[in-house]
Amino acid sequence: MTSLSLTLLTPLIGGLVLILMRSPGPAGWLNLGVSGLTLAGSLGLAWSVWHLGSVAGMGFRVDAFNVYLVVLTAFVGLTTGIFSRPYMRYVQASGRISAWSLRVYHGMYQAFMLTMLVALTTDNLGVLWVAVEGATLATVLLVSLYRTPEAVEAAWKYFILCGVGIALALFGTVLTYFAAQHVMADPGTGLTWSALYERSHDLDPTVMRIAFVFLLVGYGTKVGLVPMHQWLPDAHSEGPTPMSAVLSGLLLNVALYAVVRLKMLVDGSLAETATPHLAGALLMGFGLVSFLVAGLFLHRQRDIKRMFSYSSIEHMGLMTFAFGLGGPLATFGALLHMLVHSLTKSAIFITVGHATHVAGTQSIDRIRGLIRTQPAIGWSLLFGVVAIAGFPPFGVFTSEFLLLTATMQSQPWFTVVLLSGLAVAFAGLFRHLHPMVYGAAPEGQRPVEANMLPVYFHLGLVLWLGLAIPDVLSAWLDRATQLITGGHLL
Amino acid sequence: MSAWLVALLQALLYPALAPLLVGWVRKVKARLQNRRGASVFQPYADLRKLLVKETRVAHTASELFRVAPYIVFVATWLAAATVPLVALDLPIAAVADIIVLVGLLALARFFLALAGMDAGTAFGGMGASREMLVSALAEPAMLMAVFTLAMTAHSTSLQSVMAHHLADGFLLRPSYLFAFGALVLVALAECGRIPVDNPSTHLELTMVHEAMLLEYSGRHLALMEWAAQIKLLLYGVLIVNVFFPWGVGASFGALALGSGLAVVLLKLLVLGALLAAGETVLAKMRLFRVPGFLNLALLLALLGLLSHVILEVGA
Amino acid sequence: MSLTLLTLLQQFVLLLAALALFLSFVLLSQTRLIAAIRVFAWQGALVAAVTLTVALAGHAHHLYFSAALTLGLKAMLIPAMLHRMTRRLGLERQSETLSRPALVIMAAVVLVIFSYWVVEPMVANGLAFTRNIIAVSLAVVLIGLLMMVFRQQAVAQVLGFMSMENGLFLAAVSATAGMPLVVELGVAFDVLVAMVLFGVFFFQIRESIDSLDVDRLNRLTETEEGR
Repeated sequence: MTSLSLTLLTPLIGGLVLILMRSPGPAGWLNLGVSGLTLAGSLGLAWSVWHLGSVAGMGFRVDAFNVYLVVLTAFVGLTTGIFSRPYMRYVQASGRISAWSLRVYHGMYQAFMLTMLVALTTDNLGVLWVAVEGATLATVLLVSLYRTPEAVEAAWKYFILCGVGIALALFGTVLTYFAAQHVMADPGTGLTWSALYERSHDLDPTVMRIAFVFLLVGYGTKVGLVPMHQWLPDAHSEGPTPMSAVLSGLLLNVALYAVVRLKMLVDGSLAETATPHLAGALLMGFGLVSFLVAGLFLHRQRDIKRMFSYSSIEHMGLMTFAFGLGGPLATFGALLHMLVHSLTKSAIFITVGHATHVAGTQSIDRIRGLIRTQPAIGWSLLFGVVAIAGFPPFGVFTSEFLLLTATMQSQPWFTVVLLSGLAVAFAGLFRHLHPMVYGAAPEGQRPVEANMLPVYFHLGLVLWLGLAIPDVLSAWLDRATQLITGGHLL
Repeated sequence: MSAWLVALLQALLYPALAPLLVGWVRKVKARLQNRRGASVFQPYADLRKLLVKETRVAHTASELFRVAPYIVFVATWLAAATVPLVALDLPIAAVADIIVLVGLLALARFFLALAGMDAGTAFGGMGASREMLVSALAEPAMLMAVFTLAMTAHSTSLQSVMAHHLADGFLLRPSYLFAFGALVLVALAECGRIPVDNPSTHLELTMVHEAMLLEYSGRHLALMEWAAQIKLLLYGVLIVNVFFPWGVGASFGALALGSGLAVVLLKLLVLGALLAAGETVLAKMRLFRVPGFLNLALLLALLGLLSHVILEVGA
Repeated sequence: MSLTLLTLLQQFVLLLAALALFLSFVLLSQTRLIAAIRVFAWQGALVAAVTLTVALAGHAHHLYFSAALTLGLKAMLIPAMLHRMTRRLGLERQSETLSRPALVIMAAVVLVIFSYWVVEPMVANGLAFTRNIIAVSLAVVLIGLLMMVFRQQAVAQVLGFMSMENGLFLAAVSATAGMPLVVELGVAFDVLVAMVLFGVFFFQIRESIDSLDVDRLNRLTETEEGR
């Protein structure tokens, strides 16, 4: 419990201090320290979960599934914090934001981490909703931080679309509570996930079916599933780059986590009806459409951050498809993919942040010759894209390979679709990547001060996961798989 | 046989009482405007005056122009006869239900509009076209509103609707509330009251009902005016008796009929006063706003229908 | 269950819910901002009244609190904030011209029928007498959504959003006799923060496009020429 309170209270207090603190100098360092402390707390939490099986109390419940996301969230939060300190100072020095905006940035950064962690650790579906909505509220001001017309537009779109989506999710939550009232002896526990999961077979399938559609559309908006994805490219391209990194690396994961948790309830409820796999089929449908559409959209992007946000949609679609497919192999693959995608994509966004500073623009057409001007950035971008496109020996290859194998086992025809989708996405990424990395550098393009440590660290981890998954991690993911599907892989 | 007698008596009551309601509304209105106003029996005198006056017919008018007042009067009167005024269980229910009522009113309106155009004057044609615009929008709303009532009673007969309502006792039905709103709006439009039309003038360019009657005189005009008064009474009775049916005579005894009449008169007095108050407060709206007004009526009627299905039927 | 089996207080709940639905329609077709804000406040008051009456009729004491919360938040605080912002933005006399209002109203009617169709199969086994209201609350949610889609004015879109939340409050009361307290407080807090942020955005939008007509926010598109 202490490590849980450390994990949750640190960003809360840190965020408050950061927004009240007047001097901008140490804010970046403090942000870093708070993130580090959060990571320490989350590691402690992981340690106790590893030994006890699960930690519960005060309406929170941490098991193998969410603790791995908690650690991932805290970790990416820390590394992005390392990147964001010099980056935001550079932005402020260039006069794009005021000192007050920087304070808002740091405060909201921690508020966002808090909502993510609460959403992951809570056992209450209502609190989950509140936290996910809170994440929108915390990030929406950050998207419009630069105050350009484009940024304001992106933020408004983000706010409205996610607000609508999340409202539908609340309706689904209400319906779930409605179904629970027939089953639960104590109506107060009607939104407690663990209590509901125990009795999920008794939940009324008619109600749960309708509830899940609302929940999927609602949280699916946050996952960025097509056709509710419209906000995502805008918010990623117009917000500050550290924000894009945590949005892509963390927020999408958390929303997907919510969907998977709810799918577990619905699966239990529908098990004895004529359509036991309805939830899975819906996830597969949405996931596949997102995967394919985003892959095609990759080709026509002209903004580098926009392009990578479409790549995020593509990968979230793939994971959604895999969770929908079900079964230990697909679920294991999806969990691994969540991990490697988060690490790779945040590394890419960090690199892109530096690259845009080098070129002074986000337009793909005008970013040229990175490898000549600043080899570290050029090589990182190259390796990042190679990793995200699913090349061996990186970890994304491993998880995609597992997913394809699982698809081959249960739905062979979809393998063809997935493979062609991957090929399309690969082509889309590389046709833009090549000139950016290798093209002739424009006159006067100078290297910038860049902290590439987080990128190396992330890419190194992804490479490690691709070469050999450590036993601890595979056992851990296997436990999570068992929680979700009831079956072992190893 | 006595049932038919009551029905006949009730049918006769309509033309007899109609001018009184108009007189009452005018009186209250005058009082509200700090005028003394004419006696409540003034409409009777007006009708008598028109009936004895010479009847002139425009030389451009056809036969239709002469026949129309009789058709309009009879159709409106027949329509009124189907609405229970003082007693239920009348044999006329077997012959005529709500749809017949709406049909008879439509027939009257059709001939009124034709007659308006017949003389070939500009005002008549304008009035007729406006009347048809109003009715085209009001009629669906009216039908929808009465269907809401009919669905509750499982019958399109007005008497069953009232009987069902009486048997249920006092219920807060959302659908009735909406249907009530719709019917009031429709009645205002159909009877040419403020805010849709101004009944007290025929000197406005935007008038509707009076424009069609401009060419009429004497006996013909009396019949047309009388029909309009019956129509107002009809809608008034429809509103008070369907939504507040309490007090209507349950048997054909003299006492029941007498008290039924007294109660319905009382309800009509209240309604007339409310109408007069409303007309004093509101201003006539511009003609192109009228479709919006009637769309609201249609929406209310639709919501009545939907809320009946959603809220009252239950699964 | 038939209406005749309900007490007068319970019938009153249905009546209030029906009126809240009607106000959704009024809100949808109200072009003047100030009047629309007033309609929204009344809708919030109706939702609070539904909550209060359910509490009275069902002796559910915890609902008194949420009725007070709804009344304070939805009928007073948020309308007051919106009102103040409208004044500060100089939009008191703003009225929007709607394209095809009748069509939108018809679409809203279709949404009501749709929500009935969606909810109908699960209403059958509801426990409370308020279960019929679930369809109404879903309709309020969807009409709010419709309003956000077809209004171009930022304040009107926010009104649509807030009226969606009204529908959700109504759903929580009607389907389940109120959510747990912590959730209810959390939702209320989120709504309040959202309102504050909307206020910030009104000024940011006006600063950037010199108007609150959100249709002019069209720089970010997928078309090649758009950039």
